[in-house]
Amino acid sequence: MASIFQGVGTATTLSSSTSFDTNKFHLSSRRSLSERKVSFVVVRSDAGKMNVGLNKIGGRADQLVTNAVATKPDTSAASTASKSGHELLLFEALREGLEEEMERDSRVCIMGEDVGHYGGSYKVSKGLAPKYGDLRVLDTPIAENAFTGMGIGAAMMGLRPIIEGMNMGFLLLAFNQISNNCGMLHYTSGGQFKIPVVIRGPGGVGRQLGAEHSQRLESYFQSIPGIQMVACSTPYNAKGLMKAAIRSDNPVILFEHVLLYNLKETIPDEEYVLNLEEAEMVRPGEHITILTYSRMRYHVMQAAKTLVNKGYDPEVIDIRSLKPFDLHTIGNSVKKTHRVLIVEECMRTGGIGASLTAAINENFHDFLDAPIVCLSSQDVPTPYAGTLEEWTVVQPPQIVAVVEQLCR
Amino acid sequence: MAFAGAKIIQPSLPLIHTTTRSPDNTLLSDPSFLSSPFLGSTRTLRLTQSISPAQRRSASPVVAVSDVFKEKKLKSNTNLLLTKEEGLQVYEDMILGRAFEDMCAQMYYRGKMFGFVHLYNGQEAVSSGFIKLLKKEDSVVSTYRDHVHALSKGVPARAVMSELFGKKTGCCRGQGGSMHMFSAEHNVLGGFAFIGEGIPVATGAAFASKYRREVLKEADCDHVTLAFFGDGTCNNGQFFECLNMAALWKLPIIFVVENNLWAIGMSHLRSTSDPEIWKKGPAFGMPGVHVDGMDVLKVREVAKEAIGRARRGEGPTLVECETYRFRGHSLADPDELRDPAEKARYAARDPITALKKYLIESKLANEAELKAIEKKIDEVVEDAVEFADESPAPSRSQLLENVFADPRGFGIGPDGSYRCEDPKFTQGTAQV
Repeated sequence: MASIFQGVGTATTLSSSTSFDTNKFHLSSRRSLSERKVSFVVVRSDAGKMNVGLNKIGGRADQLVTNAVATKPDTSAASTASKSGHELLLFEALREGLEEEMERDSRVCIMGEDVGHYGGSYKVSKGLAPKYGDLRVLDTPIAENAFTGMGIGAAMMGLRPIIEGMNMGFLLLAFNQISNNCGMLHYTSGGQFKIPVVIRGPGGVGRQLGAEHSQRLESYFQSIPGIQMVACSTPYNAKGLMKAAIRSDNPVILFEHVLLYNLKETIPDEEYVLNLEEAEMVRPGEHITILTYSRMRYHVMQAAKTLVNKGYDPEVIDIRSLKPFDLHTIGNSVKKTHRVLIVEECMRTGGIGASLTAAINENFHDFLDAPIVCLSSQDVPTPYAGTLEEWTVVQPPQIVAVVEQLCR
Repeated sequence: MAFAGAKIIQPSLPLIHTTTRSPDNTLLSDPSFLSSPFLGSTRTLRLTQSISPAQRRSASPVVAVSDVFKEKKLKSNTNLLLTKEEGLQVYEDMILGRAFEDMCAQMYYRGKMFGFVHLYNGQEAVSSGFIKLLKKEDSVVSTYRDHVHALSKGVPARAVMSELFGKKTGCCRGQGGSMHMFSAEHNVLGGFAFIGEGIPVATGAAFASKYRREVLKEADCDHVTLAFFGDGTCNNGQFFECLNMAALWKLPIIFVVENNLWAIGMSHLRSTSDPEIWKKGPAFGMPGVHVDGMDVLKVREVAKEAIGRARRGEGPTLVECETYRFRGHSLADPDELRDPAEKARYAARDPITALKKYLIESKLANEAELKAIEKKIDEVVEDAVEFADESPAPSRSQLLENVFADPRGFGIGPDGSYRCEDPKFTQGTAQV
């Protein structure tokens, strides 16, 4: 449990571009340590319907800026990154979100291993302990089950803790508390206690971290009733989702990815909070819907570049909300393209893709012209060797091949 | 905060290595001596010697205690240990616990409640001894044997009985059941089915109390948390992890071990390398106290001290209460494994009988007053059953209501609106 992956050496820059020229997408192979450049496209989903929904529930619609309306690739601007923004890395965006929420509400506190004096193993909470004190940014002993339960107990008594798993895999030790208490206590207490915790941490397959540090827990947690799961993939949505998760009264598990912490992007100066339940339209298209999340988004976008060159027009959606699924955005896309490809880093068996396949089949079966294809990681403990590790995860050429086959 | 380890006040019995149950063994004349023919710890439990009512007032309230406690002057001898009002309050609470649990058994066998029901008969001294000293804002966290903890904390008998019957007027709207008693109003934080899983929650409640005082600057926040759990739990990792954290951060929590010697059919001695649980406190840097859990006055004395410590910010305490459950582990347990002689010994130490004797002999109350209390409680329990019987079962619309505090968590449906806005959700017929 002591290994720490700092993610150094993978300097990633995201230059935000106001033009939606998809030719700008290039993502070098993940084995190369040279600079990766990704043009990042921020799009707006259909805000109108969402706001109606929100207002009906009497939600905090005043603070929420729902993420965007779909725009066609050839129109310009309408990027939510305002002209004056600031550039930062993903882990800094997470920290900004954390700090803003801690400033806003003194009941928000952080607990986890090495979050305080060390600043977090991925520096997400750096500088917060000196500012807010050791009790608000609590360095815990190595006892995941106990301190997760402690966070839950504190949440029941009115605090809003953010529990960090140093690596998502360690949360397996907290499974008892997450499943039994986090997810269920609101229900078994008849609604008397709410558990507004955020459980977050880095997960996913990194660079040769070995099997136990390369786990994807979203598949294990997805059946737990009463929790929400979101996965961030860009600095923009990382900050927005972090803030939304903290403000939510539900327990939220925020999945971050070890290899994405150094993504760079320009994000708005003004405050924004994203919608936990919404998916993000990354690239509108006509031929096929590609659903993805977290790191695979970048593999998909790299494959998209190849596909565009070959004449295909894929629609890429970052589902972001792993539980529940945004059936509206997904459904609209399926109704348009009639073909679905799911690309995920989760295991094949019982993964998010499996659930998503079921959900789409159930709800949109009539709109499908081809069976749903789900590209997931192999059901294999992630090997250490770089070559083997590469073959356990979905790679862009595979994505291209499947799209070509589906769109025949 | 150095703890040199616990000292034993009473003259100790020699450690016995034999495991026979020979009645000729003179040590068995000590009614609380326990031995076992089975594999396990060869140590006996260091238990109280029998204490006659006359001795009770003059005897020290505790048997074994760590150094820190020894320094305190323990009240004894001529002073009465409690006032008449307190005595009657505690007596009433214990009678309520006993009568309620007996009624539960009846109702269970009549088919009014189902599933796993764990009764507290015999352990009332622990609940009443501790919880009656708490304020409303203090928190109690329990296990599946939680009916009486909830009642002692102030949850109305009607609400608990309705919950057991699974009615919507139950304290958890019928959604929790016997093992999940919660009350936000009375700060009862559950009710947990898995052993040990409530201890971190209790630690969190204590953390919240400290946080309120130190971060939110609510200067008068001195709320303490009591975590109740059994001997079996004391071998569980969560227990040790929380002892460490509570002592580390000096959290206002008291860990109350209800050591009734049995974890379903597993004897404490067979499962624990060192059966003296109170010793595990000093190992983590907090006082460990062993007390006779069949004597409510002794428990109360220890509780006062421990709660006072926590309120003053001096940190946690581990209190091991030697107690016994008169019934089986649950109503489904045939209870064939425990020695009838052992049960008889503890039945003779019934905490309610003992308190009654004390109250009468010390002239704090007379028979008539105590009988009146018993009658009143009978009525309360009868009323609770009637209320529960007449209450409606939860309607279908309740099915999906409390899954999320924020029902937007059900997500966005294909039509673009939040699924919770779908009328099928309020009706409880939606597929989730």
